[in-house]
Amino acid sequence: MDINAYIESGTLELYVAGQLSEEENQEVYELLQKHPELLQEVLEIEAAVVKLTAAVSPHSINFDSFKGQLGGADTKVVDLKPTKPGWISYTGWAASILLAGGLLWTLNNKTDLENQLQTAETENQYLEIQIEDARTDLAVTKNLLDAIRDKDILAVPLGGQGDYASTYAKVYWNKEDNTIYLDAEGLPNAPEGKVWQVWSLTLNPLTPTSLGTIDDFNSDDNKIFTIANANESQAFGITLEPAGGSESPTMEQLYTLGIVQTAP
Amino acid sequence: MAELDMLVQQFQNKNEIAFKKLYTMYGNSIHGVVYNIVKDSDIADELMQDVFIKAWHKSDTYSSKKGRFFTWILNIARNTAIDKTRSKAFKQSKQNLNADFFVDIIESNDNLDSSTDAIGIKKFVKNLGQKCKEVIELLYFKGFTQKEASEELKMPIGTVKTRNRNCIKQLRDTVLN
Repeated sequence: MDINAYIESGTLELYVAGQLSEEENQEVYELLQKHPELLQEVLEIEAAVVKLTAAVSPHSINFDSFKGQLGGADTKVVDLKPTKPGWISYTGWAASILLAGGLLWTLNNKTDLENQLQTAETENQYLEIQIEDARTDLAVTKNLLDAIRDKDILAVPLGGQGDYASTYAKVYWNKEDNTIYLDAEGLPNAPEGKVWQVWSLTLNPLTPTSLGTIDDFNSDDNKIFTIANANESQAFGITLEPAGGSESPTMEQLYTLGIVQTAP
Repeated sequence: MAELDMLVQQFQNKNEIAFKKLYTMYGNSIHGVVYNIVKDSDIADELMQDVFIKAWHKSDTYSSKKGRFFTWILNIARNTAIDKTRSKAFKQSKQNLNADFFVDIIESNDNLDSSTDAIGIKKFVKNLGQKCKEVIELLYFKGFTQKEASEELKMPIGTVKTRNRNCIKQLRDTVLN
């Protein structure tokens, strides 16, 4: 082959410029191995172009200024790639964590609120029960008051007897419906194993008829007891008897006694 | 084995000393090529570093059978710089790129003290014919193919090739002798 003609063709200048095809590059490479004068030509072209292009640079840059960016050999390649979608994935992760945190917080809040609601509902029920109780108490009290105020009612004060002079009681007797209301506020609680027993009395001759024992005396709040009484009572008495009551009153334990004032 | 081939091989084995030698040999050239495309000193500095870092990381893709090492890195430089000029941010900041050729830059360049060939180069570009300026600009600085250059310069492909040969010959006579 004519080496000089090849040199003059300008192919080697294009080779250095990087404007040959891959195939042509391969060809030139093989020729350069065989013909040192071609290689020398290439080296000179390259040297000239390197100088020319370098002359365009406004200033040189120190190698050390970016040496640190090379990182450790290959590892940097691995490092560089993921930096591209970096902010997207970081933002994504951050958003996920925030969302998860938010959900947990909401769930926690919900549980708290449910507990509070449960407590409030329980309190509400308790208060409703109390209101109901109070209403019932009020109704009972009103009934009692109505009963006592009835114009047909007969009030019989029972005075303390003997050693028990400080005690007292009152009987409100409605003859219409054969009921007495005993207000026993003035009696002490019955001792253990004892019970108050109410008696209806006729005076001539003195005949006691039991109206029953007040078994719930100690636990009753208002100490007003409703007792049926169909007798033609002339007096009422209250004695302290052994639990279960007695056939006839124990006169030593007669606390209060009151005579019915017959209406004029 | 030639010294350059050895350097390149060491460079491919991630030898930083070899890399530094290659950088010293071609750094200014790459900077010049990049600067000629982006016409901005700061951007050129940044891109030039990008070019060498790219070269470092993809050094295994180079083979001497495909061409000269300088040609390989020159290609990376042109592509990196052209990519940059196509970016939105670059277009917005550089509405009117001045149309200076490399020759204008060299002529106005006061900072050639690093190159001992400063005077020769300046003399060369001063005497360079317009056609030579254009051919060298397109083929070496802009990376035009022979065909693209022929279209741009409205001359036959064969003429581009021989004219380029003559222009580079002039350059060699000025800077190498």
